[in-house]
Amino acid sequence: MLKIKELHANVDNKPILKGIDLEIKAGEVHAIMGPNGSGKSTLGHVLSGRPGYEVTAGSVEFLGKDLLAMDTEERAHLGLFLAFQYPVEIPGVSNMEFLKAAVDAVRESRELDALDTVTFMKQAREACSAVDLDQAFLKRGVNEGFSGGEKKRNELLQMILLQPTLCVMDETDSGLDIDALQVVAKGVNDLRNSERSFLLVTHYQRLLNFIEPDHVHVLSAGRIVRSGDKSLALELEDKGYGWLVDEVA
Amino acid sequence: MPELLTPLKEQGSPGWLRERQQAGQKAWQASPWPTRKTEAWKYTSLHALDQDFSAATQSQANREQLKLDVPQLGGNMLVFVDGFFRDDLSNWSETTGLEVARFSAASDEQAEVIRSRLGSVVDQGSHLFSSLNDANLDEGVFVRLAANQRVEEPIQLVWHSTSKDQAFAVNQRLLLLLEPNSEMSLMEHFSGQGLAFTNGISELILEEGARLTHYRLQMEREDAMHIGGVHVQLGRNSVLDGFHLALGSALKRLDLVINHRGEGAECRLNGIYLLRNQEHADYHTCIEHAVPHCSTDENFRGIVGGKARAVFNGRIHIHPQAQKTRAELNNRNLLTSTGAEVNTKPELEIYADDVQCAHGATVAQLDEGMLHYLRTRGIGADEAQVLLSYGFINTLVDALALAELRDYLKTFLAEYFSAEYEDKARLMRHLK
Repeated sequence: MLKIKELHANVDNKPILKGIDLEIKAGEVHAIMGPNGSGKSTLGHVLSGRPGYEVTAGSVEFLGKDLLAMDTEERAHLGLFLAFQYPVEIPGVSNMEFLKAAVDAVRESRELDALDTVTFMKQAREACSAVDLDQAFLKRGVNEGFSGGEKKRNELLQMILLQPTLCVMDETDSGLDIDALQVVAKGVNDLRNSERSFLLVTHYQRLLNFIEPDHVHVLSAGRIVRSGDKSLALELEDKGYGWLVDEVA
Repeated sequence: MPELLTPLKEQGSPGWLRERQQAGQKAWQASPWPTRKTEAWKYTSLHALDQDFSAATQSQANREQLKLDVPQLGGNMLVFVDGFFRDDLSNWSETTGLEVARFSAASDEQAEVIRSRLGSVVDQGSHLFSSLNDANLDEGVFVRLAANQRVEEPIQLVWHSTSKDQAFAVNQRLLLLLEPNSEMSLMEHFSGQGLAFTNGISELILEEGARLTHYRLQMEREDAMHIGGVHVQLGRNSVLDGFHLALGSALKRLDLVINHRGEGAECRLNGIYLLRNQEHADYHTCIEHAVPHCSTDENFRGIVGGKARAVFNGRIHIHPQAQKTRAELNNRNLLTSTGAEVNTKPELEIYADDVQCAHGATVAQLDEGMLHYLRTRGIGADEAQVLLSYGFINTLVDALALAELRDYLKTFLAEYFSAEYEDKARLMRHLK
């Protein structure tokens, strides 16, 4: 589904990613772990096509297409979803209208008719209860004044409505208390199927207690320095990142 | 100085109007013409007035011919076309305690009130164009609400200007008197695309405990020129809720002056200005806090695109005796093109020591982070821009108390923001 080859990327002319190789197959859950500043979040931003993140070498193929040649919205149309570490607040644009605009845009790209308001409202309300978010949040500005946990649940709400093929989740566990973490994990686990893949970016092993990964990778100084199964995450929890970083250096 | 005076009418006007015309003429002719060096006109050129203006003539055209698309948003609507009252386009029913009279048709008692109160709120010395308004004064609207009366449905005054080949001048005047503890809503709605120069002065007097919701929509487009003044006097414990909207045009300027004259008065002002192409719009607001224990909350937002220029000057003047004043002024601007320009200046002049005051002004472009976030959800760049522009002012529209106006403006704004795009219908569908 996703093939990243020798990916190099700069932020403000400073190299952050220095040759990432990663392949994710349909239905797999991959976790990328690593110390602060290793480039974890940069990878998510590069995949989403964020301005200011400049790819200097390498390639990314998504469902057989050149991801890096596409506009941000085209990537979303194809089924890429980035759950933000810091979801953006947009006062004045209601969450409901935003969600409808997103769902309609993705459906339109697939030559499906826009959902009628009643059907959409029903889906949105169901998604609200799935992520344990009061329906009142649909009427507020996008993420406006939401707590950290509410923002993360709103990201999951969007994921449920958009039904993406590949979900990149950037530090979804940061700022979540244990109850919220369980809600988010359940939401993700409910979305897991043989067609849909996940890339979880996380600093801590904690999230992986709730969402069990098929593969774990450790990112350090812009490269993947170790890959393994879920036991690697436990080892990191035990020993920290220092030994791996030192070992590679 | 352009020739904007109409010949004095020796016939037809009551004597008190003629006296006022003569005094206005004198004041107008004695006033120096503003230039770029005149502080109050530094960023607004009066160049558009350098043409020949004829006097307005009465139009017989019907609603369709006039392209009059102002909907009735309240209970009573009075329509003026090029300054002339049009009974056939208006809709009026008697309301207890409420008087609405044209100056030309006022009773003797009403004329006496108009004579004594008209011009009592506007400070002519610092408002040149109010002298011109006096000089050309042959008609106006007088609204009076009796003490303790409450009128639910808003009164809507529509001033529409027609398209003519040659520029012409329209004089518009309003005097509103809310007697103690009365309450009502009033909407002033201006429309038209043609070469009309509207010189409009409104004086609003709120006596003790009176409450007014005032809407002023200056929606003339394209070639229209408008120099207006809204001058308000707030009595003790009175409350003003004001909402202003201006679309840019060849020349547009509004001086909004609020005088807190009685303790405990409250004033809330929200405003929106939208400009594109080569348009111009200028709001000069001035809040005079002359007595203690009054408050002002002022919030204006503008979206400026193309090569348009917006001016916002927000002055709050707190006199030495106005202790315990609370005043906040906020002006935010969104520039949607590199050629657009905003000149914003908050001006706080504080001579009392026990007051709470704050002000802020920002000028920014569309937020890249917001744009990107919307696009990661599949929303195209064009639709994301429309959503964000709309969102920038939507909170002020949402705050409107009058649901009919809110709905009307939302539809209008959705059209406005998507008008520049080919795929207009698609871009409008998510704006609510």
